[in-house]
Amino acid sequence: MKHKLMIGVLFVLFGMSSLWAQTEPVEADSAVVDSTELYPAPVSHLRATDKPNDHGHAIVVEWETSADDGGGKNNVVLYQVFRSMSFDGPFDSVGTAPAGEGRFEDIGSKDRSSSSFIPDDTDLFYQIDAVTADPAIRTPSDILDPVQSSGQWFNTGRVPVLVAVLIFGLLTGIFVTSAKRGRELYVRPIGGIEAVDDAIGRATEMGRPILYVLGLGTAADVATIASFTILSRVAKRVAEYQTELIVPTYDPIVMSVAQEVVKSSYFDAGRPEDYKEECVFFVTQSQFAYVAAVNGIMLREFPATNVYMGKFYAESLLLAETGSLAGSIQISGTDEIAQIPFFIVACDYTLIGEELYAASAYLGREPKLLGSLKAQDWAKAAVVVLAIVGLVAANFGWLEFPTLFRVID
Amino acid sequence: MRRQIPFALVFIFGIFMVFQYFVPHETSEWAYEFLLDWIIVIGIFALALGIWSLFKVSVEKIKLGKEGAKYSYLTLVGLYLMVAFGFTQQTGGSLGFGYFVWIVLCSACIVALMRLRAVSDSGAKRMWGMVSLVTLVAAVLVAIFDDAWAFFLYTPEGLQNSMFRTFFDYVMMPILATMFSLLAFYIASAAYRAFRARNVLASLLLIAALLVMSRFNPFIPGAEYVAKASNWLMNVPNLAAQRAIVIGIGLGIVATALKVILGIERGYMGKG
Repeated sequence: MKHKLMIGVLFVLFGMSSLWAQTEPVEADSAVVDSTELYPAPVSHLRATDKPNDHGHAIVVEWETSADDGGGKNNVVLYQVFRSMSFDGPFDSVGTAPAGEGRFEDIGSKDRSSSSFIPDDTDLFYQIDAVTADPAIRTPSDILDPVQSSGQWFNTGRVPVLVAVLIFGLLTGIFVTSAKRGRELYVRPIGGIEAVDDAIGRATEMGRPILYVLGLGTAADVATIASFTILSRVAKRVAEYQTELIVPTYDPIVMSVAQEVVKSSYFDAGRPEDYKEECVFFVTQSQFAYVAAVNGIMLREFPATNVYMGKFYAESLLLAETGSLAGSIQISGTDEIAQIPFFIVACDYTLIGEELYAASAYLGREPKLLGSLKAQDWAKAAVVVLAIVGLVAANFGWLEFPTLFRVID
Repeated sequence: MRRQIPFALVFIFGIFMVFQYFVPHETSEWAYEFLLDWIIVIGIFALALGIWSLFKVSVEKIKLGKEGAKYSYLTLVGLYLMVAFGFTQQTGGSLGFGYFVWIVLCSACIVALMRLRAVSDSGAKRMWGMVSLVTLVAAVLVAIFDDAWAFFLYTPEGLQNSMFRTFFDYVMMPILATMFSLLAFYIASAAYRAFRARNVLASLLLIAALLVMSRFNPFIPGAEYVAKASNWLMNVPNLAAQRAIVIGIGLGIVATALKVILGIERGYMGKG
C-alpha cells in the first residue's frame, strides 16, 4: 500500500513536470517572438563627459537615439539613465530623457549626506535603457567606460564678460589717470542733481526738513551704495545750512551705514555737534508698512524737499504722489526700469537709470570720479557700435560675430 | 587707520567677488557662500540695532510730545504685543485667563517705563518707577505660576499662537492690502497729470497711452489695428528705450562697483 502511494505520488509529480516541460517551450517561443517584434533597438554611440564650467559633481551623458525612436518600430517613449560606482553594478536610475532626446545631465549634489551626491574624481559607469510604453519592454545599452566628474577653476563660458570687464577697467584707469593730470572733462548738466542744492536752500528758507528715502534695497545693492554717496553730499549741505534731515530706513544694515554716512558728513562740514543719531532711523521691513510710515512723516512734518534715491518697487508712486500732495519739491533716482515712469510723473526731477550712478561724480566734481564717468560714456559708445555691427552681421548671416558675445552659464 | 582698514577689506573682498564669478570650483563656491552667510549674521545684529532705533525714536517723540506722538504709543504697543505673542504659545487646551493678565501687566509695565522716561518731576518719576516695578514683578510671578502657556524662544511654536495669528491675519494683512490698493487711485491721478496734452510731446504720449490702454478692448472700432499698433509701441520703441536704459544701468553698476573696490568712491563711508 505504501509503495503504491509512493508510485502514485511520483507518477503525479512526473506527469506535472512533463506537463510543465511541455508548456514552457511554448512560452519561451512566444517570448522570442515578442522580443523580436516589441523590444526596441538600443541607443548607440554612448559617451559621457564631465560637465564643463561647473563646480563638479555632474556628468553629461550623450547618445544617438534608438533606431526605433521616431522610425523603425517607433515604440521608444523615453530613455532611462542608470549610474553605478562599479562596472558590475548595482545601477541606480538617475533620471529619464524623453524620446528624441540624446542628452542627459546627471547633476548631483555636492552635499555628501544627500542621496544624489556624486563624488568627484571617482569612476562612474553609465547605462541607458530605451524604454517602450510598457516599462517591462526595454533594451539596455552597453555599459560605458568609466568617467569622472571634477570642478573647474575657470568658467570659459564667461570669457566675454571677463574681456568686457577688463576693457572697461582699462578705460576707467586711462580716464582717471588723465583726469588726475588735469585734463578738463566735460559732463553734461543733469537737472535732477543740480536741483539738489536749490532744494536744500529752499528747505532752509522755509524752515522745514528734508526727507531722504533710500528705498527698499539692501546695503549690497549698487543703487543703495550710490544713494549713500548722494546722501553724504546732501547731509554735508544740510549740516552747512543747519537744516533738519529725516532718513527713515527699510533695512537695519542700511540704517547703520546711513547713520555713519550722515555722521561723517556732519564732521566734514565742521558741525559734529548738530548731528542727531535719531535723524536716521529704522522703520520696518514690511514694504507697505514702510510706505505708511514715510507717508505719515510727509503729511505730519511737511518736508520742503523729498529725495528718493535707490531701489524702489510698488511703493514708488505711493510715496511720490503723497509727497506731491504735501507740496514738497521732489527729486528721485532709481535703476528699477518699471518705477522710472512713476517717478517721472510724480516728481519734479528724476535721475533715469545710470544718472543715479553719475550723481556722486557730478556732485563731487573730483577728477577721479569724472574719469570713470567718461569711461562709462566710451563704453556706451562701444556698445552702440557693436550693436550696429551685430545687426548688420546677423542680417548678412555672419552668425560667428553675435556668437562671440554669448555668455554660457 | 579707522578708514584704511575698511577700505582694505572692501578691496580684498571686492576683488575676491569679481574673481569668484569666473571660478566655478567648489572651493570658490564654498568661500562665496561662507561670505554670504556673514550677511545673515550681520543682518541679525543690525536688526537688533534697528528695533532699538525704532524704540528710541518713538520714546523720544513721546517724551517731547511731538505731533503724532500717539502713533508712537501705538507703534510701541504693537511692537511689544507681536513680540510677546510670537514667543509664547498655549501648552494646554487654551491660553487661559492668566495669559491675558500677563499681557496686560507687561503692557502696563512698558507704558509705565515710557512715562518714567517722559516725565521730569521727581515725584512723578518715583510713582512711575514704582508702577513699572510692581507690574514687572506681578508679570514675572504670573509667568512662573501659570501653566496654561509657556515661552518658546528657540522654536517657531509662537508663530501659531492664536493671538499672533489673529493680529497678523486680521489686522496687519488687511492694513497692508489697503496700502497697496491705494496704488490704483494714485495711478489714476498720476496718469491724469502725465497725459495732459500740454505740448506736442505730451500729446504724443497721450495718444500712445490711449492706444496701449485700448489694446484689450474688443468693442472699439478697428480693435484689431489698435491691438497691432499698441503691440508695436510696446515691442519696438518702448523696448528699445528700455534696453538703452538697461545697458546704461549695467555700465553704471560696473563703474560704481569698480570705483568702490578701488577706493575712488568713498561716499558710502561718509567720505564724499
